[in-house]
Amino acid sequence: MSLTTAHSVVAPSSNAKLIAGTIIIAYALISIVPLLWIFATSFKTPPDSIAYPPKIVFQPSIEGYCNLFTTRTRQTPEYINSLGPATGFCDETVRKRNMVIAGPSNFLPRFVNSLIIAFGSTFCAVFLGTLSAYGFSRFKVPLADDLLFFILSTRFMPPIAVAIPIYLMYRELGLSDTALGMILLYTAVNVSLAVWLLKGFIDEIPREYEEAAMIDGYTRLQAFWRTVLPQATTGIAATAIFCLIFAWNEYAFAALLTSGTAQTAPPFIPTIIGEGGQDWPAVAAGTTIFLVPILVFTILLRKQLLRGITFGAVRK
Amino acid sequence: MLNRTADNVARATPEPLAKKIRGISDKGLAWLFISPTILLLLAINIFPLFWAIYLSFTNYRANRPNEVVKNLGLSNYQRILGDQDIWIAMQTTAHFVFWTILLQTVIGFTLAWLIDRKFRGHAFWTTIILVPMMLSPAVVGNFWRFLYEPQIGLFSYVVSFVTGIPPTNVQMLSNVELAPWAIIIVDTWMWTPYVMLICLAGLRSIPEYIYEAAEVDRASNWRQFWSITLPMALPFIMLAVLFRGIENFKMFDMVNLLTGGGPGSTTEVASITLKRQAFESWRTGYSSAFAIILFVAVFGLANIYVKALNKVKQR
Repeated sequence: MSLTTAHSVVAPSSNAKLIAGTIIIAYALISIVPLLWIFATSFKTPPDSIAYPPKIVFQPSIEGYCNLFTTRTRQTPEYINSLGPATGFCDETVRKRNMVIAGPSNFLPRFVNSLIIAFGSTFCAVFLGTLSAYGFSRFKVPLADDLLFFILSTRFMPPIAVAIPIYLMYRELGLSDTALGMILLYTAVNVSLAVWLLKGFIDEIPREYEEAAMIDGYTRLQAFWRTVLPQATTGIAATAIFCLIFAWNEYAFAALLTSGTAQTAPPFIPTIIGEGGQDWPAVAAGTTIFLVPILVFTILLRKQLLRGITFGAVRK
Repeated sequence: MLNRTADNVARATPEPLAKKIRGISDKGLAWLFISPTILLLLAINIFPLFWAIYLSFTNYRANRPNEVVKNLGLSNYQRILGDQDIWIAMQTTAHFVFWTILLQTVIGFTLAWLIDRKFRGHAFWTTIILVPMMLSPAVVGNFWRFLYEPQIGLFSYVVSFVTGIPPTNVQMLSNVELAPWAIIIVDTWMWTPYVMLICLAGLRSIPEYIYEAAEVDRASNWRQFWSITLPMALPFIMLAVLFRGIENFKMFDMVNLLTGGGPGSTTEVASITLKRQAFESWRTGYSSAFAIILFVAVFGLANIYVKALNKVKQR
């Protein structure tokens, strides 16, 4: 037909590809060193973790994880010898440092708080977001653009500035340092993201599906439930994961508005200390446990990432 | 008889689809669906905002709730605008925003351009690069304190290994000169992938045929880059700058954990000042006024920027 070959004239040369690939791989490797270091540190003993020069090869130990989940007290060797045999690996490890386990640490309750607050607020935000997004997508809402901008603009506010009146309001309402208070707050922050993302996803579902369903005798509500929701599952799942990641990672509100019973993991992890300063293997262990779910989600989400981080502005 | 005719007429008239619905009307349903979200935002965002505006005209202190609240008029605002420390904090914030955005845009765009060469395995490595931005800035930022520790920290060790400076002298977080850069480095490490991802979408949105036409016209690669690639990716770059700009204007997590605003007040950005005034000195009225000023600044900047963005898009 013509002289054009199968290859585009503008395809990068193999040399260019080689150079580009080398630089990208180098950047990728350097940029995950801090993460690998967190992982490695979590399996070091405290002396290994602060060795100079930093140890790359070391004897792995789960002392960091033991320390993360327990509180310990220093005892005399005589006292430790008078105790019965160690009741587990952690007990044994701790005794070698002349300490005994005094009880569980606060990490587990804080981690559970994170789970409750993240999942609770995600559920609420996605529930409200799906309804609103459908409303904005399918009905003529007066001032729709203004309302949508209003919903987005609440996300621009600096968290510390929002926290001042919220702190006072929650004190009046008895919501200070409660999971319910944090769930409400994170729902409010996340619902803007949920509405914007889901509106994009629902806009992409052809209206004809619902119309066909309604001609078959479904009400609008049934059509929404039976045809739109199943079609929007991917979008809802992606939105939920974004909300979950935000709530999971959030620090500023949590640090200012929670102190004890409802404290989440992010403000707690930096406060993990051992004898004579920060217990870095324990901090690294807590960080590792905290980050693993996000790593899994990031990989699941990689095709939707762009959409999520730009509030649906860029869809690709 | 008449009734039946009317019935028949009514049946024959095609009704708008929406009216067929049994139960709630479309309009009712729309409000039923949208109002919970609006009510929640009014309760958790707008009501507190108005409360903050009220407080900003008073001398209220949250740690002394029983004291008589005095109305101060605009004097909180006057004091803030005349407060040397606030201006220094704003300058520090501007310095952070400028450098983080510059570095992230340059590195992010370069990475995106390289990934767009579509070498083998580029999708996998892109995913690896994206990981840092999904993580908690607070939890990961906290760990960077360890990497920055003089001597035992990996970062300090590598710097001293490469430069030959004694390892105890690489004090990233306690040196007045280095502390701001310590934060800029972590922020850049974390958020460059964000800019990269958006730039990549921009580069991929450029249709191939434009390059083919340029090739036919024998435009040099350099010329193609400046006349096609960059202008066409610009709206995307600006979108990334907008998002990063707003986020970094609010920067709190990393600074609070890495330096807490120190040494002295060299890294005290606006959010840190606000936290100190509101939750350490408990000057609630005064800090509310500062919070309102910050709102206005963020909204103002965002608005100007969005307008500029739309202009670029229209071209």
